Amino acid sequence: MRRLGRWIVAVAVWLFARRGEGRDRRGDRERIVPAGPPAPRAELVVAALLLLAALSAAAFIAVYAIDRIPDQTQFLGLSLGLAFAFIAAALIVTGRNLVVTEELDGEYADPQPDEAEKLVQIVEESGSRLSRRRLLGGSAAVAGGALGLALLVPAVSLGPVFDLEPFTRTPWHRGRRLVGDDGRPIAAAAIHQLEFATAFPEHADPEQLGAPVVVIRLAPSALHLPPDRRGWAPEGILAFSKICTHAGCAIALYRAPLFQPVEKPPALVCPCHYSTFDPATGGTVVFGPAGRPLPQLPLEIDADGNLRAAGNFSGPVGPSWWGVRDRKAT
Amino acid sequence: MFEKTARSLDDHTHTAPFGIAALRYIFPDHWSFLLGEIALYAFIVLLGTGTYLALFFDPSTAPTVYHGSYAPLQGAHMSQAYRSALNISLQVKAGLLMRQTHHWAADVFIAAIALHLMRVVFTGAFRRPRQLTYYVGLSILMLALLEGYIGYSMVDDLLSGMGLAIGYGVALSIPVIGANFAALIWGGPFPGTPEFWSRMYIAHVFILPAILATLIGIHLFLVASLHHTQFRGGRATEKRLVGVPAFPGQAPRSLGLMFAVFAALFLLGGLVQINPIWLWGPYHVADGTNGAQPDWYLGWLIGALRLMPGFDITIAGRTVIPNPFWGGVLFPTIVFGSLALWPTVERILSGDRKPHNLLDRPRDAPWRTAFATALLTWVFVIFLAGSADRAYVILGWSYETQIEVYRVLVFVAPVVAFWLAHRICVELLANDRIAERRHQAEAEARAAEHG
Repeated sequence: MRRLGRWIVAVAVWLFARRGEGRDRRGDRERIVPAGPPAPRAELVVAALLLLAALSAAAFIAVYAIDRIPDQTQFLGLSLGLAFAFIAAALIVTGRNLVVTEELDGEYADPQPDEAEKLVQIVEESGSRLSRRRLLGGSAAVAGGALGLALLVPAVSLGPVFDLEPFTRTPWHRGRRLVGDDGRPIAAAAIHQLEFATAFPEHADPEQLGAPVVVIRLAPSALHLPPDRRGWAPEGILAFSKICTHAGCAIALYRAPLFQPVEKPPALVCPCHYSTFDPATGGTVVFGPAGRPLPQLPLEIDADGNLRAAGNFSGPVGPSWWGVRDRKAT
Repeated sequence: MFEKTARSLDDHTHTAPFGIAALRYIFPDHWSFLLGEIALYAFIVLLGTGTYLALFFDPSTAPTVYHGSYAPLQGAHMSQAYRSALNISLQVKAGLLMRQTHHWAADVFIAAIALHLMRVVFTGAFRRPRQLTYYVGLSILMLALLEGYIGYSMVDDLLSGMGLAIGYGVALSIPVIGANFAALIWGGPFPGTPEFWSRMYIAHVFILPAILATLIGIHLFLVASLHHTQFRGGRATEKRLVGVPAFPGQAPRSLGLMFAVFAALFLLGGLVQINPIWLWGPYHVADGTNGAQPDWYLGWLIGALRLMPGFDITIAGRTVIPNPFWGGVLFPTIVFGSLALWPTVERILSGDRKPHNLLDRPRDAPWRTAFATALLTWVFVIFLAGSADRAYVILGWSYETQIEVYRVLVFVAPVVAFWLAHRICVELLANDRIAERRHQAEAEARAAEHG
């Protein structure tokens, strides 16, 4: 049995791994690629690397086929990566040891002004029958321009390009209840100091910039709202648009001081670029890149003790655009 | 076998001369010329893995409720787009490998292009007759940034949505037409109409890749027709090109590099987690998360957005230029604009209009090196500023103080870098001259001794 095995190996080696005569059948002809010495060991290394690549590729197939393998992604990546790596190694050994690395001279091509001149000549002579060049050229330019414009116009259908009214529209109006993401009304008593709640307009699409608001409670004595916002914060409860006026991210951070004497006052912070707004003064910017205060939503508390909007925001919601301050939230 | 194929091909196409020219095309031999090749191979991986992902991804905002294999998101409301991306990651066999490899390949693609660009700028390879090659390359980089951004935005996880919101804010900030422009792209105010997803999808999987592939083709055609540049030294001259022929010398090296890039990307994709979207959750307009960071190649832009002091430019109470314009529009325009203008500026300043096939060492052109170092420093400082929130979390440095420091550094560092780079170049050149004179003197002394 063992002898048979040896025979098979010997035959396989003789068939596949023996060294050939070399490929110089045309020894009489002048060579283009210079000759180099054979490197039989490098050939064996390359063959071994290629076989390892095949093995890795087979491993990839096996890992893919075996279903309940833990860390399948890792083994898939490892096997496929190794397959590629072995081929890379085989090619690098080939490049270093099995082919000649000649150093050839070449010449950079020069620009060819004569040919360019000929090109110009062909075009010029082709147009030699034309006597009203400016008229034709102008007409062609007008036709091209008009047609180009005509082909661009359908792009206007992409969006309401001349209608900016949707940019200021919000679902809020006087009397609309604030609800949580479960759709339940929010009671004024449920808003505590140092906490931060997100609320939405009742029965409205929450996935629009004008919808979400943050609701917090400050001590009424800490408020310094502008005079025209008197009564916007019943019991010290404030609501602001949750969308940063800088670049439209959600204001997801609330910096609330746990020990007031030494810590900074409460602030609403956007996690994208750290625009920081002071709720006590009506959402003014105290740090970061925002250029406009956070729009405030006036609140009232209804007979059931739930929070309702007492109007629309103090300004347009979301990132700013040309002329944004001239507009009102509608 | 091969002989037969070659003969028959020539019989049918009469292109044997082209074949010979291609096989004997000369590659100058320097490692820094391989950076562009790495980008090319990463692009191939992007096409392959991207096609696979497209077979599973559903670019739809249609609302759905998750009932897949990932327990923490059971019952979560999300878009079809995010759900299909989750399924690719968690249910499709080899899906996560392909997705992560795709993501890594994008990061490597842009990194290789950026390094390649630095090589080209610092060695003056952009000079005549290769300006066109340079501009095509710059366009590839710009489009690649956009392509990468749209790619991770389509997934509709929480970070995607935050990134899109920022993109929307930047679009709105364009003076005069910002809101109209955003209305065109998004189909209305953020988060836009469902068609916006169709637009991102066709842009990411067809329009931009087609343009990129075309530009890469033009870039390679220009490289080949003008030949590579080469470093001074040896037998290389402005006229004479010295190097290794494509076949047999260069082919195994380049192919080896290609497979090495494939290997690295698939190993990264399999072993090193990137953008685990199931941890971020679905995006909703009202949601945000702390510590949000984009892929590295947008770090410079987020840094610029974060660094700006808070003001909009207003004239008589009318908003004229909203704040994101500075970091999101003007800053990249200045960076790419100065890169695009530099060849012209240098030609005018130096008066050197000759074509150059030999490269400079960075020291050979102190002003250029100083300019490029200053620009790089500027972008890098702003890039670092974008990571100040991570430094706050990891090292406890006050975020506000860091930003104040960066606001000073952003002006000081480029000036210092400019001066320092120029100084170093001048000193190195002086050193070269001294060494040369010493060699000369030694040679003369030897000659006198023997004479």
